[in-house]
Amino acid sequence: MMMNKSDVQSEVLFQQEFAIRGGDFVNAGESSCKIRNTLREIGIDSDVIRRIAIAAYEAEMNVVMYAENGVMSISVYREEILLTIDDKGPGIEDIDLAMQPGYSTATEEMREMGFGAGMGLPNMKKNADRFKIMSELGKGTRLEIRILLDDKNG
Amino acid sequence: MKLAEVVKQCNLELTPTDTSLDREVTGGYCSDLLSDVMAHGRKGNIWITLQAHPNIIAVAVLKELSAIVLVNGRKPDGETINKARSEKVPLLMSELSAFDLIGQLYGLGLRGTL
Repeated sequence: MMMNKSDVQSEVLFQQEFAIRGGDFVNAGESSCKIRNTLREIGIDSDVIRRIAIAAYEAEMNVVMYAENGVMSISVYREEILLTIDDKGPGIEDIDLAMQPGYSTATEEMREMGFGAGMGLPNMKKNADRFKIMSELGKGTRLEIRILLDDKNG
Repeated sequence: MKLAEVVKQCNLELTPTDTSLDREVTGGYCSDLLSDVMAHGRKGNIWITLQAHPNIIAVAVLKELSAIVLVNGRKPDGETINKARSEKVPLLMSELSAFDLIGQLYGLGLRGTL
């Protein structure tokens, strides 16, 4: 992918990666909890952590529900936090449709567990300052969620 | 209001998680959709739900909820209790329906997120 100006970043201050297994509902959410705990330890603003936690949880659940496996990565830079999720999975056929609140391809079983409300991607977008989805059918999906760190407001 | 007081007043049953009830309840939220709680639950809220599977614990941790209450006499499975214990999330139970329990919580002065 071409680097544009906004992709050029300063040195990473902190980085961590988590493997997520598709179909593992019992441990689903643990990576997001670890990310939250780590961000607390390094003193990130609580509102930023709240937003990252929501986005990470929704992204993690999507991997658990739809993909074979995935990797969630958190990178802290001076000016922003970047959360990426790369999965090996079916990909998203129609991203605009998937972004619509209430749209879901969850199974009946997942819905009974309270998943598949069609709020996952909208929740991620709402909590991100910048949100990007790249998906290839039959291969997988990459999400990039950026939250800007503002010293003045932080 | 302290969680211990809510537990006493609403006759909530404790699961064996040895978690302190000495925490502040800021209000409540009721939903069985996990993303809905992620979007609208607030820090310190007591969460009223029918969902009893292990994933509710992650939601409570990430949203810093004060407790989860399973209604209609629902019982959590062993894995849910294990996670509640390790993550120190108070996991409570009520024989009442969500509507009736929330009526009681309102009576105690607790409010929703609006």
